[in-house]
Amino acid sequence: MIAYILRSLAQGALVLLAVAFIAFSMFRFVGDPVANMVGQEATLQDRQELRERLGLERPFPVQFAIFVGNAVQGDFGVSYRQARPVSALMVERLPATLELAILSALFATVIGVGFGVYAAIRRDGFLANVVMTVSLVGVSLPTFLIGIGLIYVFAVELRWLPSFGRGETVRIGWWTTGLLTESGLKSLVLPVLTLGFFQLTLIMRLVRSEMLEVMRADFIRFARARGIPERTIEFRHALRNTLIPVVTIAGLQLGSIIAFAIVTETVFQWPGLGSLFVQAVQFADVPVMAAYLVFVAFVFVVVNLLVDLTYVLLDPRLRGGKALAK
Amino acid sequence: MHNPSPSPTPATDLETEEKAAIDRQPSLLVRALDSDMMASFRRSKMTIVAAILTLAFFLLAIFADLVAPQNPFDPAQLDLFDSRLPPIWDEMGMLPYLLGTDEQGRDMFSAIAYGLRISLLVGFLGVFLAAGIGITLGLMAGYLGGVVDTVVMRIADVQLTFPAILIALLVDGVAKSALGGQLDEGTTLVVLVLAIGFSFWVQYARTVRGSVMVEKNKDYVAAAKLIGLPAPVIMARHVLPNVMGPVLVIATINLALAIITEATLSFLGSGMPETMPSLGTLIRIGNNYLFSGEWWIVAFPGIALAVLVLAINLLGDWLRDALNPKLR
Repeated sequence: MIAYILRSLAQGALVLLAVAFIAFSMFRFVGDPVANMVGQEATLQDRQELRERLGLERPFPVQFAIFVGNAVQGDFGVSYRQARPVSALMVERLPATLELAILSALFATVIGVGFGVYAAIRRDGFLANVVMTVSLVGVSLPTFLIGIGLIYVFAVELRWLPSFGRGETVRIGWWTTGLLTESGLKSLVLPVLTLGFFQLTLIMRLVRSEMLEVMRADFIRFARARGIPERTIEFRHALRNTLIPVVTIAGLQLGSIIAFAIVTETVFQWPGLGSLFVQAVQFADVPVMAAYLVFVAFVFVVVNLLVDLTYVLLDPRLRGGKALAK
Repeated sequence: MHNPSPSPTPATDLETEEKAAIDRQPSLLVRALDSDMMASFRRSKMTIVAAILTLAFFLLAIFADLVAPQNPFDPAQLDLFDSRLPPIWDEMGMLPYLLGTDEQGRDMFSAIAYGLRISLLVGFLGVFLAAGIGITLGLMAGYLGGVVDTVVMRIADVQLTFPAILIALLVDGVAKSALGGQLDEGTTLVVLVLAIGFSFWVQYARTVRGSVMVEKNKDYVAAAKLIGLPAPVIMARHVLPNVMGPVLVIATINLALAIITEATLSFLGSGMPETMPSLGTLIRIGNNYLFSGEWWIVAFPGIALAVLVLAINLLGDWLRDALNPKLR
């Protein structure tokens, strides 16, 4: 068990190192970092000083080691465009993205598992068919179209909900939250729906097909033979055995939550990391791009580790100290 | 009159022979129409509708300059007096602007037809590039094994942790800062194709590698090695044709993904500029007019994109099922 966790940690560290290398190469070789940092009127001497201060004269491996050392301490240099430390920019925008991503994941999982179970139990029911058809459309539609559609219906026509920004936020330490004010909560509704919709359809289809599979297994037949009520079979026996692949896929989907967060944040002008990255791409702000890349990799590695640990919670057979077969 | 062609008698013989041959064996077309795939195609009404829609979109894109009433890229043909007109079924609508006009007096129908052309062009080229990179690396990884295999598959693993749209945005950002600031339309198109190609190659590489690992132990590969053919020739001429089946299915489904990726990049402002808009650019422009009530500027490109992607996805699903012998 401990050996297994250690191995996952080592793999994660390797992935992070590889991504850090790409991020560093981008910073070092795309354009001239010095030319991007100093103004037009900087003298040659100024440039040379900055060059030395950044350590650009040293051998490449040493530069990379310094970059990794700084990155571990959260120092990613200074944004070309905003002339502020990248880490400060990211910390400022982190709460907005995390609140959006976690609420969407929660929304997608709860509703997705619920609808999936329903569609599996009432396989040929009218509502189940409607849900499945809608989900097919949901898988095909680009996220930004869903966002625009929701804005048109709920913000332009009905005028129920705001269409951009976070509304009023409350500051708790360095964290700003939109969860404590009415306008903050209202502002969250449309972005969360937009971001969660694709995940919802995916989880729902997965739960449905897995559950249909499990309901055919022998242990369900025996449970029925023992006279256990159908509800108990469905939720205690079948659903629990459905959840392992669902947790895997949901964890892997985190990558796409981040991807769609980029799009969703742009549609709703949400002041999060995704829109920061989109702006960085438009203005070729390489330090911000590099930092965002490392951030995404870090989130991915952490989530992967959590997914591995969840297996142990869900499947008692794995608690006996045996390493998980991959 | 003198007939310069060879004497007529053998020709007639040949014709009758050919005719007899055709009578004995049905032509390729007849056999294609009679195949299992065709049968499963005709069984599914959804697939037929999807195929007709896809074909219609392709034709609209190819013949855009014949079908469209104006060329939206030519400022001389635009009339500012005709700007922001609603669609034809609205009281304010007028001919020839079937779907209304945008703020520059651009006919929405023409803009969609031309935008479709760019969206499809970028989509197809992107898929070709992704398939090219993926097939080459997958072939090499599977056939050569060893270090090549490890390196290629590790890169693929790391890349899979990143969503395609993120990679595409990175490629775009890197290209922008490497080439310096704003790019012209042609360069943007190339950058978009590169971005899509580099984001989607992994799936091809993995699939091809898997099939190659099976194929390379077969007798025909051993025979080719025995007669002394070099490895690249064996890979390209002998192994490749046997692993192309699954690649076709991935390519179809990826075409829809590539079109969505291009549209998303353009929507985010990193894709095609307003002077040469794709569907995504049109949606971005239209989004600015949503609040002033001019819904048609965003709605029609949006619907076109959604229907196109849905139709291609349905075709891809059908192709996957039809080519999968397990599901028959």
